[in-house]
Amino acid sequence: MEALKQELKESLVEQLNLEDITPAEIADDDMLFGDGLGLDSIDALELIVMLDKTYGIKLTDPKQGRAIFESINTMSAYIAEHRTK
Amino acid sequence: MEKVYINGLGSISAQNTFDNSEFLNRVEFYTENVIPAIDVNYKAFISPAAARRMAKGIKMGIAASRTALEEANLENVDAIITGTGMGCVRDSEKFLSAILDNDEQYLTPTPFIQSTHNTVGGQIALDIGCKGYNFTYVHGSVSFESALLDALLQIKTHESHSILIGGVDELAPHTIEIHKAVNHIKSEVVEASKLLENKTKGAVFSEGANFFVVSNEKSETSYAEVVDVKLINTLQTDELNTELNTFLEEQNLSIQDLSAVILGCNGDVEFDGFYDVLAENSLKDTPQLYYKHLSGEFHTASSFAFWLAAGVLKSQTIPEAVVLKGGIPSEIKYILLYNQYRGQNHSFNLLKSC
Repeated sequence: MEALKQELKESLVEQLNLEDITPAEIADDDMLFGDGLGLDSIDALELIVMLDKTYGIKLTDPKQGRAIFESINTMSAYIAEHRTK
Repeated sequence: MEKVYINGLGSISAQNTFDNSEFLNRVEFYTENVIPAIDVNYKAFISPAAARRMAKGIKMGIAASRTALEEANLENVDAIITGTGMGCVRDSEKFLSAILDNDEQYLTPTPFIQSTHNTVGGQIALDIGCKGYNFTYVHGSVSFESALLDALLQIKTHESHSILIGGVDELAPHTIEIHKAVNHIKSEVVEASKLLENKTKGAVFSEGANFFVVSNEKSETSYAEVVDVKLINTLQTDELNTELNTFLEEQNLSIQDLSAVILGCNGDVEFDGFYDVLAENSLKDTPQLYYKHLSGEFHTASSFAFWLAAGVLKSQTIPEAVVLKGGIPSEIKYILLYNQYRGQNHSFNLLKSC
């Protein structure tokens, strides 16, 4: 699970072009949207594509994303349970 | 008819042109065939949250336009008119590559959103909160001149008072490879100072953003008056001298009135003949300047010449690095710009001291 969390942090920084932020600066329970990392709705689309492409998880209900993308902890838990890749 | 003045400018190029307190004091002579523009501190103009989705063309456009506005002492304008040959080609390459690499699946939104030609003009409008006329011209090497012509028409017919115009293009890796493959980029390394001596096919490519505030009101910051611009899509070399004389006659001027001409010669042996025809005939006694050994070639490189002409007219000095032939006149009143790329999209542009 720790390796998956580290992988997710690196993917976030790279794919969302998070300038001035390193993977090490993202805590496992940091809020990814809103007051946390400040991600927005376009980033949410990027994360949905990332789940599909990298882990074989298709999110059919966008409302699911709100809970799944809350933090690195919630993302990694969902991916570990549902991944097909 | 209203007169049109250049009241502020901002330039990002392969040279140190961003600081308006300098005028080509430090010239870079490159020995590469693809030269990136010198980056400036974009963070001073764009928040990190916005910048992370912007390719270089957008960042250059915003920084250059904000500098032009600041110099003109304006926070907003009536219109924003942009010229670009290739638009946001980096993000275009990104999402097109993603389509191919991922078998038309897993397409992400960001590169697509930012890839359109009018993204730069749109982002500038968002940045300064301009809800006025916003147009982007994509006409190869007369893209900037098309934007300028639109601005001249709007100001001269009282539709607008102050307009932000600019030319912007960025380098992108796949596009560079294509231009290398078809020899539009020189295959051998050329020293910038010997660009015109090389006599080989192709040009040295670069990128940049040159933005200007043009207005019907002359101010303390005015650089020059824009007299007229003319665009000609197709032209034969034997028609050039006549076209030039007609353009000047329309302004009640003759060749003898010109203090200098700025030529867009880029060292491509196939097409520099267009410049030679003018330089060796009508303009043989006119001081001749050139700039693409400094700016490199790109579809809106002529906006660098516009920047150069504005600087020369305001400072009444000609940087030594741009002198091609002839002496430096004691008074610089009219400067003619002539440009074409690969034998098409010719433009004459006339500026006057003010």
